[in-house]
Order: sequence, then C-alpha cells, then structure tokens
Amino acid sequence: MNETLDVRGCKTYVRRLGAGPTLLYLHGMRGLYGDPPFLLRLAERYEVIAPDHPGFGNSDDPEWLDSISDLAYFYADFIEALGLRGVHLVGHSIGGWIALQLAVRSCERLRSLSLVSSAGIRVKGVPRADTFILSPEELARLLFVNGELARRFVEEEADPERFSFNFKNSVTAAKLTWQPRLCDPQLSKWLHRITVPTFILWGESDRVIPPQYAEALHAAIAGSTVKILPECGHVPAVERPDEFVGAISGFIEKVAS
Amino acid sequence: MRVFVFHLMPYQYMDMEYRERYRAAWVVMSNREYDPKKGHELYNRYLDELELCAELGFDGIAVNEHHQTAYGLMPSPVVTASALARRTKNCKIAILGNAFGLREHPLTLAEEHAMIDNITGGRLITGMVRGVGCEYFSFGANPAQSHERFYEAHDLVVRAWTEPGPFAFEGKYYTFEYVNVWPRPYQQPHPPIWAPSMGSLETIEWAAHPSRKYVYLQNYSALTSVERYLTMYREIAEKKWGYTASSDQLGWGAPTYVAETDEKARDEARVHIESLFNKFLAKTPELMFPPGYLSASSAANMMQHKKQIRGNVTVDGLIEQGIILCGSPKTVLTKLTEAHKRLGFQNFLALLQFGTLPRDLTEKNIRMFASEVMPALQRLTDKEFVGMSLASAVS
Repeated sequence: MNETLDVRGCKTYVRRLGAGPTLLYLHGMRGLYGDPPFLLRLAERYEVIAPDHPGFGNSDDPEWLDSISDLAYFYADFIEALGLRGVHLVGHSIGGWIALQLAVRSCERLRSLSLVSSAGIRVKGVPRADTFILSPEELARLLFVNGELARRFVEEEADPERFSFNFKNSVTAAKLTWQPRLCDPQLSKWLHRITVPTFILWGESDRVIPPQYAEALHAAIAGSTVKILPECGHVPAVERPDEFVGAISGFIEKVAS
Repeated sequence: MRVFVFHLMPYQYMDMEYRERYRAAWVVMSNREYDPKKGHELYNRYLDELELCAELGFDGIAVNEHHQTAYGLMPSPVVTASALARRTKNCKIAILGNAFGLREHPLTLAEEHAMIDNITGGRLITGMVRGVGCEYFSFGANPAQSHERFYEAHDLVVRAWTEPGPFAFEGKYYTFEYVNVWPRPYQQPHPPIWAPSMGSLETIEWAAHPSRKYVYLQNYSALTSVERYLTMYREIAEKKWGYTASSDQLGWGAPTYVAETDEKARDEARVHIESLFNKFLAKTPELMFPPGYLSASSAANMMQHKKQIRGNVTVDGLIEQGIILCGSPKTVLTKLTEAHKRLGFQNFLALLQFGTLPRDLTEKNIRMFASEVMPALQRLTDKEFVGMSLASAVS
C-alpha cells in the first residue's frame, strides 16, 4: 500500500509493502519509478518502507532541503513520526550516504545497516565518476555491465513520460551532491559512531563508485562485513536481483538470529 | 543607437583535430594545448583591436568572462577592462559580464568594478551573468542554486555600492560581518548594470523589474529569437511591471562581418565563423545545461530555440537565420536598420573578431564597419521604432 504522509509539513510519498521486520529502503539519485521488482521481492520477507526522498519523485521539494545532512535529519524525524524501531536500514548510492549520515548521528532506532554501492565518503586518489558531465549513453556504460540494461537505461532517460520525474530527480541530485561530487570529506571522521551490524554490498565492476570504496567503508566501520558481486555494476538490485535480495536478507537473518 | 564592439579573445591557435578528441573546447580540453608565447601575442593583438575601436568612435568596448576554455581567454575580464581603462579616453568599457554568483566572495568583484569606474571617471558598464553551464563544472558552484545565488550576489553588490558601510549582510549563500567597499563607485548610484543572456524568461522578468530596469542583451540568437525575447521584455515591463520600457533597455549582440561585396564577406568569414560555432562554442547538452541551470520550462524552450546553433552550422545557415550579420556594408546596415525598426533596440554589440579570424581581416572588418555601417546606426533613435504592437504581431 502506497501513501503520502505528512512528515513535519513535507508531503512524502511512501511505498509500504509486505510484512515482517521493518526494512527502510533509501533510494539512489535516479529515484524509484513505480514499485521496482526488487522491492516486491524484499516485501516477501519484510515490511518494506521505501519513500521518495524529499525533492525526488512524488514527494514535496521543501524549502529547507540543501544537503544530504538535511535528509539525514529528515529521516530521523521520519522514523520517529512512524514510530519505527529496530529498523533494518538499506541505502543505495546516495541513499547509502543518507543512511551513513543518519547512523553517525544516532543508531538508536536501527537494528542493522546495509550499504549498497554507497556514496558518502571520499577515498583520496580514487575518483568517483562525474555522472553529471556524461551523456546518458556514457553513463549507462558506467552503471551497468549488462548491455541490455544499459540500453534500457538510455531509453528510460529519453522517455517523454518520465521527463518530469527525471528532471526533478536530477535537479535535486545536483543540489545535494554537486560539490564535492558524491561525498562529504568530513564524514569519515565519524564512522566509528556506527554501532549496529553493517553490511557492505558492491558490484565488482562499479565504475561510478569503485569497489575500493567498499574496502574503505569496511575498514572504517567496526565489525562490518563486505560482499563483492562479480559481473555487476553500480546497481546490484537491478543487475543482480537474486544475489541482491539473497545477500541483504541473508545478512538481516544473521543479525536477527 | 549606441554601438559597441565585443571581443571574446579566443585561443585561435587551437588544434582543430585535437579539439575533436574532447566533448568541448571547455572544461575538459587540456590546457597543454595552450602556448603562452602565442597567448602573449593574442592578448596584445586583441587589446590593440579594442583600442582601435575606441579610436574609431565606437560608443563602447566590451569584454567578457569564461573559464577553462579556448573559446575565450578572459577568466577575468577585470584584467582586460583594466588594461583598456587607461588606454582609452571616451568610450564606455563594458564587462559583459562577470559571474558574480560564481564567486565565493562577490565583493572582490564589486571592489574591482568600483576601481575601474573610479579610474575611468565613470565609463564602466557592469554586466551581471550567472555564467554558462560549463562554468559550474569549472568552479564547482552548484547549478541547481545558480538563480538564487546570482540574485543574492547581485543584491549584496548593489547594497555594497549604494548603502553606507559598514553593514552586515545575512543571506543564504553569503554572510559577511563587514560590508564596506572602498572605493565607492564613481557613477551614482552605481555603474549601469546589464543583463546579457541567451534567452531566459526568468532573467527578463528580473532585469525588467522597475527597481532595476537593466539593459537586457540578447546574444547569439536567430533573429526570430531576438524578436521574441526583446518583445517579451517590453511586454513584461508593460503587463507585469506596469511601465513602458525604454528602447535604451534593449540590446542585441551578434557576430558581424563586412567586406566589399556580400559574396566576398561570406567567403572571407566562412571558415572563421564556422570555427566559432562548430569548434569553439559547440558543447554537449550536459555541459551546456547542468541540472537546475534551467527551469523545466526554460529547458524545453531553450532546446527548441537553440537547437539551430548546435552541430554543423554553415555561414549560409547563420546568415539566413540572422544569428550573424555578414555581407556588404549596405546589406548589413539594411538588416540592422530593418531589425531596429521592428524591435527598437538602442544598443548593438558587434562581435568583429570571431573564431580563427586573423589580424588582417579583423582590422579590415573593424575599419569598414566603423566607417560604413556604424555612423548610420548611431543616428538611429527611438523615432524609427514602429512600436510594440507591430513587433508583437511580427513575432
């Protein structure tokens, strides 16, 4: 059941799918179009809560939104407003960055943290792709190993029906991640504050945020585990859906047991 | 009409094959291509060309700002304007424009403009621009905040120029405890502010506002777009802001080339003007319009109206669309006079050097334009303007 919630004045579009332990999914910079199949798969085991971030998709674009930190505080409010506890937080790309910023502020309401191809930190000497300068064709080749998925991505970018959706998401993504690109150089200082079990999932061929970032997060977050998926780019949930669902649920079950 | 010459100061020794290896001659094309010895020659040649224009009686000489590009070697137009300040006596010096909002500290520009205004005894025109999309890659400034930040930088600078300091400025992007610009500008309340643009409803609404009434300058556009935007300015002034805009508030800028005959002009300009549009100016949509640089409606609009200057353009196509003026002095004068009759702009900016146009042809162009086109233009007044209703009907 999808609904629009008012979170401290911000109309927030929220997918609420399935039943079970609560899994809060934070999407990447291209947003969620409809109810993606990987969320429906997760909803077979979990109560999946997948909002459109403020500034994205069907949610409001509030005046106060300027940074990823703003979204981290927003999700602290969101979790409180919905009365969630023991949350399994999963973030992809900039969703991972929001999750990191939230977790370093407080892990009180979290049960676990899963970071998938996550933005947020800076590893000096290992640049992240400048996704803004690339044509859709160039970007598609960095996002996906699978040529068919790359071709579909280009089509979706050009789809007139998605123009407003894509336009809104790209403007907000630029507002939040333009400078420095896709990272907060200060964030690494505070990763020791993450005290919940943490899982790091990455595509071996991620050319947007290279797998060295998985290693760096693994080294910085005590007790974290890491899994690298072969033949996979920046979007494991789409390119390796079985492995993605299996790895996330496997991790959560281990945490719960 | 006031007639200005405009210079971009391109790095005209750019290797055209090398250029093809990059998505643009901007941001990503390596500065390995730049040879400082050639640059030394070019800067001095280009400054000579502007000084010649000042001697020949142009109302003003204009320079502009671009970064990390062979398209124009003026990351700081303040430097070129300063070099011209003491070498010219009567003409206006127009910085069209400076990107105040790209700066972390716009007051440094406010100070520098005030200095030039003092040195020249009030001959400065200050152009304020957001900067083209590429600049947001070069500067790291956020394109999604470019409008807001530009407006705030403008407000800061105008207050710094007009209100006694020191005072504190508390904005969203800029916060300063002490705003107290020494020197104050020579012109009161401040140097005239112009808003050069490639066509934007937001910019027009802002520039036309009764508290500003800034000169709106339409550049690099098909004549139909020039008509559309200049008419839009008059309509917005009339309908939205409740006053009748003066023709002095409107300007048109275009690459211009004159020679003895239409055919000769076309032949002499061809390769050089085509280099400007196809090599120096051309860029990918992502570099041109990063996310948020344009509003959704402007983005759709811009795509429609600017698509003609992307890709492989030819001198004939450019002339036909009225993006450039090229021909005998009589042909060019006729076109300008006709356009003026319909649109009534009282400022014209001629880009008399463009792309790879060499020294000799540039000087010939400048002298012929100055002697055979400019005097008749300078005599044009608002009396020759037929009025807005007809202009509306035309567009």
